[in-house]
Formats: sequence, structure tokens, C-alpha cells
Amino acid sequence: MHDLTLRELSAKLAAGTTSSVELTQHFLDRIAAEDAKINSFVSVTAESALTAAQAADSVRAAGKAGPLTGIPLAHKDIFCTQGVRTACGSKMLDTFVAPYNAHVVDRLAAAGMVMLGKTNMDEFAMGSSNETSFYGAVANPWDLTKVPGGSSGGSAAAVAARLAPAATGTDTGGSIRQPAALCGITGLKPTYGRISRWGMIAFASSLDQAGPMTQTAEDAALMLNAMAGFDERDSTSVQRDVPDYTAELNNDLNGLRVGIPKSWFGAGLDDGVATQVRMALAELEKQGAKLVEIDLPNADLAVPTYYVLAPAEASSNLSRFDGVRYGHRCDAPHDLTDLYKRSRAEGFGSEVKRRILVGTYVLSAGYYDAYYLKALKTRRLIAEDFAKAFAEVDVIAGPTAPTTAFGIGEKSDDPVTMYLSDIYTIAVNLAGLPGMSIPCGESAGMPVGLQLIGNLFDESRLLNVAHRYQQATDWHRRIPAAYA
Amino acid sequence: MEWETVIGLEIHAQLATKSKIFSAASTAFGAEPNTQACAIDLGMPGVLPVLNQDAVRMAVMFGLAIEAEIGEKSVFARKNYFYPDLPKGYQISQFELPVVGKGHVEIDLEDGKTKRIGVTRAHLEEDAGKSLHEDFQGASGIDLNRAGTPLLEIVSEPDLRSAAEAIAYAKKIHSLVRYLEICDGNMQEGSFRMDVNVSLRPKGQDKFGTRAEIKNLNSFRFMDKAIAYEVERQADILESGGKVIQETRLYDTVKGETRSMRGKEEANDYRYFPDPDLLPLIVDAELKAQVREQLPELPDEKRERFVLHLGLSRYDAGVLTSSRELADYYEVMLAEGVDAKLSANWVMGDLAAFLNKDALEITQSPVSAQQLAQLVARISDNTLSGTLAKKVFEHLWNRDGETVDAIIESKGLKQISDSGALEQIIDAIMAANPQQVEQFRAGKDKLMGFFVGQAMKASKGQANPAQLNELLKKKLAG
Repeated sequence: MHDLTLRELSAKLAAGTTSSVELTQHFLDRIAAEDAKINSFVSVTAESALTAAQAADSVRAAGKAGPLTGIPLAHKDIFCTQGVRTACGSKMLDTFVAPYNAHVVDRLAAAGMVMLGKTNMDEFAMGSSNETSFYGAVANPWDLTKVPGGSSGGSAAAVAARLAPAATGTDTGGSIRQPAALCGITGLKPTYGRISRWGMIAFASSLDQAGPMTQTAEDAALMLNAMAGFDERDSTSVQRDVPDYTAELNNDLNGLRVGIPKSWFGAGLDDGVATQVRMALAELEKQGAKLVEIDLPNADLAVPTYYVLAPAEASSNLSRFDGVRYGHRCDAPHDLTDLYKRSRAEGFGSEVKRRILVGTYVLSAGYYDAYYLKALKTRRLIAEDFAKAFAEVDVIAGPTAPTTAFGIGEKSDDPVTMYLSDIYTIAVNLAGLPGMSIPCGESAGMPVGLQLIGNLFDESRLLNVAHRYQQATDWHRRIPAAYA
Repeated sequence: MEWETVIGLEIHAQLATKSKIFSAASTAFGAEPNTQACAIDLGMPGVLPVLNQDAVRMAVMFGLAIEAEIGEKSVFARKNYFYPDLPKGYQISQFELPVVGKGHVEIDLEDGKTKRIGVTRAHLEEDAGKSLHEDFQGASGIDLNRAGTPLLEIVSEPDLRSAAEAIAYAKKIHSLVRYLEICDGNMQEGSFRMDVNVSLRPKGQDKFGTRAEIKNLNSFRFMDKAIAYEVERQADILESGGKVIQETRLYDTVKGETRSMRGKEEANDYRYFPDPDLLPLIVDAELKAQVREQLPELPDEKRERFVLHLGLSRYDAGVLTSSRELADYYEVMLAEGVDAKLSANWVMGDLAAFLNKDALEITQSPVSAQQLAQLVARISDNTLSGTLAKKVFEHLWNRDGETVDAIIESKGLKQISDSGALEQIIDAIMAANPQQVEQFRAGKDKLMGFFVGQAMKASKGQANPAQLNELLKKKLAG
């Protein structure tokens, strides 16, 4: 049952061949049996899950079920959950229980989905390998010696190992798409502002965006239908109608113009990944799409731009974790400065500290213009590159990550190499565009992701292209042998 | 050397919104600590600010009232620093682009002239909470009720040249925000706080001297004293060849002196940057037009009207419009149809004196505007003389009766204007004082006062003075 998509589970529930309680118990059993090896969950909420499943079954019995009613899912531990610890991968919040739900949590609960638990992640979403988590690294279900990617590594691994049929993630510079690619699942980062950030612990507010992590594009569409929409509690959420994202899934790809950024296929891209991505592009072409080479002249500025702006915002966003009101506080502080210094020194891990330091530096008097302001300008140039490209193409396609999953510990001592694993995803966040990663092959037994990038609010088209591709291929149905 | 004082003010006016600037929590003063702070005010993880549109309306209203430039776009920025009463580790404020740009107000100088004082800018920001250092042995308490309360920070140009000018300006702003009903102006509760930048320079020099900032003054009297102290302190330093240090100082109201607050932290780098949680604030022509329609008559306009239409002196009109409450009181009297000048005299004379004596605000006056208008009406129709009116006023003050007429009746304070009755009194006095009558008739005019006094006494002060004089003259002439 665990190998079924949301759509298939929905059909089974509707047909009455299973119940939400049965389904929920099944996944809870799998988590209990299998997760020790991959460490994808930081909390499992078995009791409340079964209660919610019962409620979902009652809703169904009353004839009020929607397409997602009764289906289990996992939430990244960055989303606040009332009454359940939300630690965001950090010792700082190891004891923090929010008195409110994130908007995304409420919306998916309202759609009838059942929370199985919270998934592991890089500390405060800062990382590309899920190695910075206070709760330990997550192993890639395809090869336990490898990373699942990050920061939504727990969600990606849980879905890949079919410990949950779907999960939520967040993506600031690739944190949904890169782990989705490395774990062989489907991940969608919607347009900035499409989903409310309320209750989602902020990393870099102008870049953070929640999204679904699923087996298929169709499942992502179903979840996005429930997650998207204006929320008056988030001033940056956009007041714009939410289409039915499943409506255009089956449109044919005849005449679709697919932009291929030629610079993304140069140095730095692993040959095995390049081969699989080119084959995926050929499949799109076979379905009637036209491949058009495009130029994103400022794309090479994306990583440095991001590593100025994101730490700048993070340095300020993380100031609230000061040991005063909640979260970690050092023992017996002898004065206020000591309280601040030790609470933060003990509560934050080294990657978080590195980014706070960088962010504080680039905002400092005398450096602000040279770094922060300049990065804002290059951010605009990057966004303009995409705007120009979308005047000529409908979607942009390329690799999600330059390599397949790398070994645990392999890059953890070299932050710059680590940062480069998001080289193709970061620009999309800087431009606020929607982006997806879908499984498109394997290289040396590890999954490869195809990245699809759409114009602002053009999620429907991305999902359409991904769905058509998935209709013709079965990469997305592959499950690591140990979890089949 | 002769020194010129240069002063600029930063005024924090707490906006009178019902809820906070970025959350729905109440702004009411005086609640139990930490009962009016929601997840947003507490800086919980994952929460987001949403701008209170009423605070924007109030800021725009202030901008219109000081004829300021109001740009279409302003930006909220984060001011980063750590302090326990600052829950997020940053204050949301406005930095490069404030909602209100350059404007000005006119102040009255002691010599009767007016002076235009520039307002550099006014920007919206949130207040911090309060740290309570007493009552917690070895620790500090934190009350976050005030965290997130909307403030309008009004920054003046360094156009003020004396404590008197600074106070006139501060009072002008205080009066204005109360006229606009955007701030309750309550200085004890901290709704209106002033930071004063003071520097000295040799008279005739263009370049400003180094300034010291005196923070958090909450009364005009303390501001006066603090400036006086600071001017003297700086003059002493400069006279002895020293240098004034740019720093923040606090005024000690007990010792009557300013002292350095945090010298070395002056170099604080607040790392301002645009708040990514908030969109730029757009104030378009439509919003400006809407707010313009809500603008009440401004104090300067009201003063002009009092001079032109009521014939009051500029000075009197200035006093009566100095606060909205006083102007409202006076205008309620006028609405009763009584004489404007006489009313003005009573408000600024007896009423002001009584209020002052009992340290009451005009809004706490035991004598209502309607009652004072009745009194003025009874003076105008000769029912009361000035002397009797003062007696009636005292009874009103002591709440001895509901209406002026009831007091006149019950206390028998009606003026005697009946010629027959007055003649009887005069006859009796003349009969009792034949010697004085003789002397008067012999040319000792001064004795007129004696007769008036006697007659007044005999009438218990109720004789109509003008009529009494006339009758006395006639009778004494023989």
C-alpha cells in the first residue's frame, strides 16, 4: 500500500477498500520498522495521527471527503505544529512547542490530511546535505552512506523510502528540489508568495517558500491545491486566484518551447547527470516540445548573491533566539551578555553560526553597500535574465543538482563546495519563480533530477510538463530496493 | 565667548490605534504585565507582521497637517540590536524612506513674532517592551505589553535656538497630535516622549558644534531644566578649552542634571536593512485625499478664525487654541450664543485661575462650558455684576447648584437694578452720614467712593454698579 500515490490512495479510500486508520497505521508501522536506518523523522505523532485518521474516516462516512481526506503525510520540522515540538533541526528549539499551527499545517489538516510526524532537516534549513541537523544526519534510502540532500532531507528520504506518501518542504535556495533530485522524488517550489509563510520558521524571508514533496507531479498538484492561496497574516502572500492545478496536467506538449540554459551543461556538471538530463529533454522533444538554447548571462552570480542576501536576512531572523523567552538558555548566566553569548553559542550549530557571522558582516556599516546593496542589484539582474528568457520560452529545463547524492561527510568540511550543489536552483529563488525537480534517471544507481522552471505563477504549466513526462516514464515509481 | 544654542527634537508620539502596529493585540495602557502581547509581539518563531492601516492613516494625517512631502512609497526597515525587551532582536522602523518627509510648523516667540521650524521627517515604528529592574532581586522583569505599540517619530531640523523655542515647538506638536486625535498626548504614561539634541557654537559660526542627546524627557518642565543644565555644561567645557563628546545623556529629575548614559555603545551599528516580511508602504493620491477629508480644523486655522470672525486678539486666540480641549470648551460656550470676548475673558481669567489652583485639566473642570455660558449670558443681560458673577462662579465651582439661574435664585445674588430700591438705600446712607454729604458737596469728590462702598455694603453687593453711580451722583448733587 505504501507504494501508492496520493491519487491512488485517494481512489482506494473512496472505494472503501481501505480506511484512513488502516493507512495511517500502516505508515506508522513502516516508520517504526524502517526509519532507524535513515533517521528521516524527528517526531512521530502516532496517537494524534490515529485520532485524526478516525476523524477523517468519519468525514468520509458523512460523504464530505475531499481528494486528500484521510491520507497521511509528514511535515518538515520547520512548520510550527500546535502541541508538537517544532525544533527546526536545532538544539536552540529542542524544547520549543508552538502554541499555533503554520498556515500550511492548518490548510493540509483542513483538507483532511493526517500528520504522521515531523521530518528531520538541516538546522534552520541551512544546508544541502541534512548533515547540520542537531538530530543527526539523514541517510539516503538509495545508499545509506550518502546524503539525501537538504535542507528538506528528512522529507525527501521519508517519501523516497515510502515511509510517508507525501511530505511538506521548504525551499530557500533549492531545499525542496535538490533533496527531491537526490532521493528520486518529485518536489515543487511554488512562486514566492503563492503559499503563506505564516508559522514557517524564517531562514531568509524574501526567498523562503513552502511546497509539496511527492511521488508524482499529479500528487504535487493535489497538495498545491490545498496549500496555495492568500493569507492575510503574511503580507508577502499574493492576492491572486488559485487555479485547479490538476486541470491542465494532461495538456499535450505540442509546440511547448523549452529553454535550455547552455551554461548549465558546462564545467561542474557530472557526466552521468548530464546524460540523464539530456535524455529527459529528448523525451520532451519527442512529445512535441521545441528545445531552445537560452542565455542567462548573470547566472554565475546567483550563488555569491544568495550567500550575501540569505545570511543577511538570516542573521536578523535568528536574533529572536536569544535565550530570553523560549528555546535554549545556558545554565546560570552571570549577566545579560553572558546569557546571550552562551545561549547562542550552545544553541546554534557551526553552519548557522557561519551564516549569522557572514550576514552580520555584510549588513555592517561600511560593508552594506559593497555587499548587501550590490547583491540586491545582481538579484535584479538575475530576475531580468529570466524575464527576458520567458519572453521566448514557456519553461526552462536543466539539471536540478550538479551531481547525484554525495557521501555523508564528503563535503561537510568544505562549505563552498557544499554551496555549489545548489548552483542551478538558487537563481530560481532569487527571481521568485516556481521550480520543480522530477526523477529522470539514475547514474551509478543513484537518482538524477530534472529541474523545470516556470514563469511567475505558472505552476500549472510546470505540473503539466512534469506529468506528461511521468506518463511516459517510470523513474518516479522506482523505490530503493530495501524499501520496496 | 558668546555661544549660540542649537536644538533639534525627536518626538515619539504613540499613535492612538486600538491595536498594535503589526499585530491585533490591544494597545490599552495599564494592563497586567504580558497580558497584551500576542505571538507576534513576543517574537515567536514563524510569526509575521501585518501593518495596521490605521497607523498609516494617522501618520499621513500628521504629514498633511504639517504640509509635508508624503512620498508614494516608504519602506520598513529592521534596526538590529539585542535587548531583552526587544523580542525579535530588531525593531521594525523606517530608515531611508520615511512615510512623512519634509514639513514645518510655526511657533510663537516671546517677542510676539512667529518662527517657522522645519520638520525633517516623521516615520512609523514599533515601540519596545519595558524592562523592570525593581522588585526582582538580582534579576530584571520584562513586560512586553508595550512591544509593538505604534509610534510616530517626529524629527525636527536643528532650527531651535533656545529652551523656550524648543518648548514652544514641542507644545505645538503636542497640541497638533491631540487636535488630530492621533495621540492622547499623555506624558505620564509615555505617550509623548522627547529626545533633545543640544549643541553650542560660537555666535556667528555656521558650522554646528558637537551635540549631546538627552533622551526620554516626558515633561516640558524637565525639558526646560535639562536644556538649561546641558547648555551650561557644554559652555563650561568649551570655555575651558575642552571638547563636547557626542553621546546620549539622561536627565536626572531628582538631581536636576544630565549624565552620560552609555558612551561607548554610541558606536552601535544597527545594520538597518529593508524588512523582507513587509511590502513597501504605498500612500497613493486616493489615500491622501481620503485622509485630507478627515482633517479637523487645525489650531493655526482656528486661531485665525477666532481673530478674524470673533475679534479676539492674536494672543487670546493663541491661548484658546493652544489645546484642542480648551478650544472645544470655548466653542461649546460660543454655541450657546454668548459674547465671544466676554467668554474668552472668563475662560482665560477666572476659569484658568481656578483650574490652575486645583491643578485640573480643562476636561476635569467642575464648571461645564454650558454653565459658564449661562454665567456670561447673565452678565450680558445685567442680571449679574462682575462681582456677583464671581460669587456665582465660585458656587458653580463648588457644585452648589446645577444652573446659574438656580444659584442666583437660591443664594439671592440677583443684581438690584430697581431705581426705587436703590434710591431707598441711598437716602438712608445720606441720612446717616450728613457730614460726608456736606463735605462732598463742598467739593471733596473722593468721597464718592465712600458712598458707593456704603451702598454696596447695604445692598450686600447686589446693587447694579452703573445705576448706583448714576443715582448717587444725582442725589448727592442735591
